[in-house]
Amino acid sequence: MIRINCPYCGERDHSEFSYGGDATINYPSLDASEKEWTEAIFFRKNIKGFQFETWHHSNGCRMWLVVERSTVTHEIKSVKPCHPNLQKVVENNK
Amino acid sequence: MKTRRLDNYGKINRDKILSFRWDKKNYKGFEGDTLASALLANNIGIVGRSFKYHRPRGIFSSGVEESGALVTIGSKDRRDPNVRATTQELYNGLEASGQNAFPNVNFDLAGINNYLGRFFAAGFYYKTFMGIPPFEWGRGTAIWMFFEKFIRKAAGMGSASELPDPDSYEHAHDFCDLIVVGSGPAGVAAAIEAAEKKLDVILVEQDSLVGGDQLAENNFDNSQIKNQLENLGIKIMTRTTAFGLYDNCVVGLLERVTDHISAPNVNIPRQRFWTIRAKHIIVGAGAIERHIAFNNNDIPGVMTVNASKHYLNRYGVLTGKRIAIATNNDSVYETAQQLSEAGANVTVLDSRTNFEIETNKCFEIRKGYVPYNINGSKKIHSLDVSKSENMNKSETINCDQVLLSGGWSPAVHLLSHRGVRPKWDYSNACFLPSDSKENITMVGSSRGLWNKNDCIASGIAGTTDALNRLGISKTNYFFPKPGGWKNPIQPLYEVKYKKSRSKSFVDYQHDVTTDDVRLAHREGFISVEHLKRYTTLGMANDQGKMGNIIGLSLMAELLKKEIPEVGTTVFRPPYTSVSIGALSGRNVGKHFRPLRVTPMHQWNIDNGAKMIEVGLYQRPWYYPKENETLSDSYIREASTVRKTVGICDITSLGKIAIQGPDSTEFLNRIYSNGFSKLQVGKARYGIMLRDDGIVMDDGTSWRLAENEYFMTTSTGEAAKVMSWLEELLQTRWTDLNVNVTSVSEQWAGVSVAGPKSREVLNNCVDDSLVITNNNLPFMGVTSTFLKGNIPCRIARISFSGELAFEVYVKSDFANTMMDLLWENAKKYDGCLYGLEALGALRVEKGHVTAAELDGRVTIDDAGLSKMASTKKSYIGSAMRKRGVLKNNDREILVGFFPTNLKETFNAGTIVCEKNNIKGQGIGRITSVTYSPELGHWIGLGFVKGGLDKWKDTNLVGADPVRNKQMNLKVVSPHMIDPKGERMYA
Ligand SMILES: [Zn+2]
Repeated sequence: MIRINCPYCGERDHSEFSYGGDATINYPSLDASEKEWTEAIFFRKNIKGFQFETWHHSNGCRMWLVVERSTVTHEIKSVKPCHPNLQKVVENNK
Repeated sequence: MKTRRLDNYGKINRDKILSFRWDKKNYKGFEGDTLASALLANNIGIVGRSFKYHRPRGIFSSGVEESGALVTIGSKDRRDPNVRATTQELYNGLEASGQNAFPNVNFDLAGINNYLGRFFAAGFYYKTFMGIPPFEWGRGTAIWMFFEKFIRKAAGMGSASELPDPDSYEHAHDFCDLIVVGSGPAGVAAAIEAAEKKLDVILVEQDSLVGGDQLAENNFDNSQIKNQLENLGIKIMTRTTAFGLYDNCVVGLLERVTDHISAPNVNIPRQRFWTIRAKHIIVGAGAIERHIAFNNNDIPGVMTVNASKHYLNRYGVLTGKRIAIATNNDSVYETAQQLSEAGANVTVLDSRTNFEIETNKCFEIRKGYVPYNINGSKKIHSLDVSKSENMNKSETINCDQVLLSGGWSPAVHLLSHRGVRPKWDYSNACFLPSDSKENITMVGSSRGLWNKNDCIASGIAGTTDALNRLGISKTNYFFPKPGGWKNPIQPLYEVKYKKSRSKSFVDYQHDVTTDDVRLAHREGFISVEHLKRYTTLGMANDQGKMGNIIGLSLMAELLKKEIPEVGTTVFRPPYTSVSIGALSGRNVGKHFRPLRVTPMHQWNIDNGAKMIEVGLYQRPWYYPKENETLSDSYIREASTVRKTVGICDITSLGKIAIQGPDSTEFLNRIYSNGFSKLQVGKARYGIMLRDDGIVMDDGTSWRLAENEYFMTTSTGEAAKVMSWLEELLQTRWTDLNVNVTSVSEQWAGVSVAGPKSREVLNNCVDDSLVITNNNLPFMGVTSTFLKGNIPCRIARISFSGELAFEVYVKSDFANTMMDLLWENAKKYDGCLYGLEALGALRVEKGHVTAAELDGRVTIDDAGLSKMASTKKSYIGSAMRKRGVLKNNDREILVGFFPTNLKETFNAGTIVCEKNNIKGQGIGRITSVTYSPELGHWIGLGFVKGGLDKWKDTNLVGADPVRNKQMNLKVVSPHMIDPKGERMYA
């Protein structure tokens, strides 16, 4: 079982979270072309090793998190809030 | 085999006599016995029949590796098959029976299979029944399916009860710094060391007693160890198996709480399924003694050497009188000595020629001898032995028992669950655990240490390793080197004797013989994984705990390779079987899924509602009067709504509060239609698309104030929409100042629909002026009060196409609201209506729901092109006309009438052209209802090209599932009041 250390709630079972997706995508603006959106939505790297991905603490604080996880070992290197303001709050409370 | 209970041996409680039944006869045993030890003490040698050949099988071991003594415990709804007699504790009244035999294990008619052996070699069933290629007979699969049930019965294991399980099970959770698996010398040393270093420790033991293999020692007293562990605050969990290791040091445990009690307290669960989250795991799971393959090595009376030591010293049972021990290693000599001291006549055949061993000289040692054949069928008469280097020099030893030790396999299973492959150790002839990068440390004989002091040292080293890895200490430590016998082991897996056609077993339970392994090799199944599947070696209950290495060594020999080159199969959880009951825990019956009810749930039931599950929600389905059927009822309800007024609980809709200065901008981005100009006091129907341009959900948003909206979503998509909005605000549009809060549970909602709905509401609101057509026009929103000073929100929204209002109050006021509305609706001959009538009304109007918006449909497909703004960009706008989504032969929403208006049809019907009824046709029907307004059945669905293309064509509805066909015509989805005049009234 993957255990994710939510910056707000502490370390919890992955069953409390929902997997989001690739956390490194820069979504294009809403008026961007079909081509740009196609790239953003459909083309994914298939990383072997550590990748940044989003997880939603859906059965917890409802925060969206960026999790740095190894796709090989499930080891998690870092967890932080997606929202920059929440990141700051977490940093300040350390 | 003649066994007997010895007076001066064993740790059983002779003051407590237990009665039990075996194959319908009464026997007695003692407290502390296992079923196996009690059967042995009662001189019962045959306890089962083998899987394929129905050969008599006895008790091979004293533990979880047992592959012979698999029995059925209990009866009726508590019948539990394939239980290892060797680990089943005896209790008063225990009822057990042999398996796989008719009429019983002593006289089994299917034993004839033994003589037809050559027809039952590996792969026989597959080759004969499944492998018939279709081009030969054209019915290979059908033949297999016909014969399968007979074959499965003949080759059956015990059969499970088909009655509901009367027992309860529990899921439990715990945390600790260190979990130690196994309470042998290594595990106990590790646990004590860790507890002394202030770690929070759980010690898990599958046996009922702590001690591990020491329980097989004469005069071992485990109470001292137990006290010491308890005084250190270690949590000891006996009768608990660590069945699997998972990511992040999570350990799965199965605790057998009442399986050893004759009349358990009904309030206590039978088993507990534990999830332990540890920081470090130490595995001291021990090692398992292997047998040796030779002819008839399965006759009852064959056992591992260590098992007989357990039976002697723990249970006081001497398992034979004239015992032949065959071995290739030093581990048997202590047992041989003790068995002879206990009165048995012992002969040890050691395949090695050069070795020195100290003994009491009470028994004979034959150096350089191996066994090659057992004589006997239901019991052992004698053993044929020969010089290992010269098979022609043979002789026969009279004996009633043959004990085997072909070496020891460390229990590396748990580490294997983590993907760590063991490495072959030539000098100890076994697989040893490799190091793990995770916080897992192997100690004791599960890392190949054969003597007790080494095991204890490894336990302490293991805890030091744990402390170092946890950053608590930085201490040097070392593990003792694997091994520990005085003389090296000499690999011995099989003794071949070519003249005989008898069977030589590798895997006892599945009847896999050495010949089967050779056959697999001849037929090309040389990979270990293929070998396993073709012969089923290692696929029985014991999962190859005893036989796997022998099979591997045979394959290595055939391939002329070394064992490590052939590889090892990967062990997967569970280590020993876990019942389905324990897996499901309390999530059974009505607790299988969470149940959601609306605040007026009881009110609905009290007022005659029949309920239906929609997702997790219980919703009113219909409100029958007297003897009305479902269809009588919903047709009446739907017509009443159209004629006068109806009230429907719509609380299950998702409700989200959207607040903040950028709320309007936010809604304008997520909905396909414009929201920037929506005035305060107005609601708007909106559609949300996914990033890829497909419709995600529809609903309404009400502008309550400049910066505050109240959004409703469909029942099924509520959670998804909420997560989606949070994702957008937290990951993509982090500059927007918007807050979203789910308020689904906080508000109770009701729809009041029908031409008399305003009259009803007039009587219910404090101030009827607020709901006049002028003050509350179509899509108007107001916050006001119901009579009795109940704050409420009312919006003039219609799903039925009639003049209608949605009224929301805080959930606590739900019943008061229902009483008030219903009392007044009755004055206008109104009704309560449920989901079925709601469906009928919306189908008549051509409103789409989840049945239509199934994740494949675009706005245009749903006939809602007008809802797609061209003046702004929004989520999905760039993608909604991509590629195939802009094809002009896409399936478009339409209505359907049967050509003959007296006919009916069903949802799921495939729409086809008249002379082309095949495949996916040209469309499908998604929702159907009887239309009270039109007086016949109608449907909603999709057809390629839409209404324009098929307007006046006769089409066919094919319903192959129900074997039905009818003629159809396509109509506008807006089947009544297409201009919507009623809603604006
Ligand atoms: Zn959280």
